[in-house]
Amino acid sequence: MNPLDAFTDPLFRLPLGTGLLAAAVLPLLGTLLRLREEWLAALGLAHISAAGALAGMGLGVPAIAGGPLAAGVAAAFKTLSAVRGNTVYALMILLGWSATLILAANTPLGKSLAHAMVDGQLYFAGWVELIGLLAFAAVTLPALPWLMRRLIRARFFPEYERANRLPAWRWHLSFDLLVAGGMALGTATLGLMGAFALVFLPAWASFAVAPGWRAVLGVALALGVGGYGLAFTAAMMGDQPFGPVLVGVLLVVTAAVRAGAGLRPGGGLTRQGPGS
Amino acid sequence: MVQATARDTTQEQAAATAPDATAGALVTAEEVVVGYARPVLGPLTFRVAPGDVVGVWGPNGAGKSTLLKALAGTARVLSGRLNVSREGRIAYQSQQPVRLPEMPLTGRELLAYLGADASTAPQRLQGWLDQRMDRLSGGQFQLLTIWACLGGSADLVLLDEPSNNLDPEGVEALADILAARRGREAVLVVSHEAPFLERVATRRLEVGP
Repeated sequence: MNPLDAFTDPLFRLPLGTGLLAAAVLPLLGTLLRLREEWLAALGLAHISAAGALAGMGLGVPAIAGGPLAAGVAAAFKTLSAVRGNTVYALMILLGWSATLILAANTPLGKSLAHAMVDGQLYFAGWVELIGLLAFAAVTLPALPWLMRRLIRARFFPEYERANRLPAWRWHLSFDLLVAGGMALGTATLGLMGAFALVFLPAWASFAVAPGWRAVLGVALALGVGGYGLAFTAAMMGDQPFGPVLVGVLLVVTAAVRAGAGLRPGGGLTRQGPGS
Repeated sequence: MVQATARDTTQEQAAATAPDATAGALVTAEEVVVGYARPVLGPLTFRVAPGDVVGVWGPNGAGKSTLLKALAGTARVLSGRLNVSREGRIAYQSQQPVRLPEMPLTGRELLAYLGADASTAPQRLQGWLDQRMDRLSGGQFQLLTIWACLGGSADLVLLDEPSNNLDPEGVEALADILAARRGREAVLVVSHEAPFLERVATRRLEVGP
């Protein structure tokens, strides 16, 4: 297949556009998750959303609604209980994984849906996923500048909110719900690991090379969208499952970017000692 | 518990030079005891008015940081009264500012997100503002976070051991920054270095066993 055909084939336009939206928004969320050192939470929410999608199917709720609902409940619990840290995120991963496979074994069509969730099912993404991601992007992109200011302040001056009696739960919960929604929609569209890779890898690379925060956002966006485009082409041309190809491409590209940063004079993340 | 007492060494002088200090005070403490599960410091009685630079001095372990935390709401007031005006903002720099392994923000971006004015930052800071924060030395980062607190719109600034990580030149720069802020926002500076507080504070609050 000609590489251009992958982008122009009418059969794949809808999946292409749907995945592109996820590839643009998830890396932006990933930068804030990395700054908050909460990127593992994204994998936990992806697993919970997969389990929620399957559980919803069993109850007659569409997967596109069940996934975000379950992930949203998990995110709300995370914020309101003030429970943080890798232990909780690991528990979310294990709970989601266990529930997904048990539900898959015990619900009609569960096995094939669980397989699609894990492998990535982009080629089957339709109008429902596209509209879901459009709505998600329409909420997330305007909210990010407002959230970013507060989340960055909270990261570097965590006492500020309490000292000034600010209703901080509003922006922490809002961000956690956006991540939950993004991971659930991303998992439904790109598969569990594909969505996680888009949150984790572009931010991981951009943190190493970007000279400032604006550049972090730009590099993460470019790596997410560029990696997605490459993966889409490679998967179509090679007739390969999309999820693993996306993860592989993003791994290679972002590892190369980070390695390149380390080789540059003055590159890498060396910290100077005390003294001014 | 450190059974601490307090002495506002220049209260009389301050009252003479700032006659309106008791009216419109930003902080009023009356026989306040602060701590966590148990008392750490107190009883203390003092006031902080707009424009004061109050140096909180005492030996290590006296509970100076706990006092600032009580003002910021992260330590408890166990008895007495501690009234902090809620009309303005409070900025608080903890003894160990958050310093992440990767901080891909420039100093200028951090100041912008915190609402601090980069254009009026001291000359010494200007040369570093466009560098990533994780490329700054400990002292440079310390001065940046101090300016993030002072250069914003806070009416009350709490600085906990701000001379940590600073070499002698950095301490000089910090003293200049604080001297330039006199008469503007109120600042409480905690330090165990008496000579430093002598230079920067308009009043001194001694705490200790």
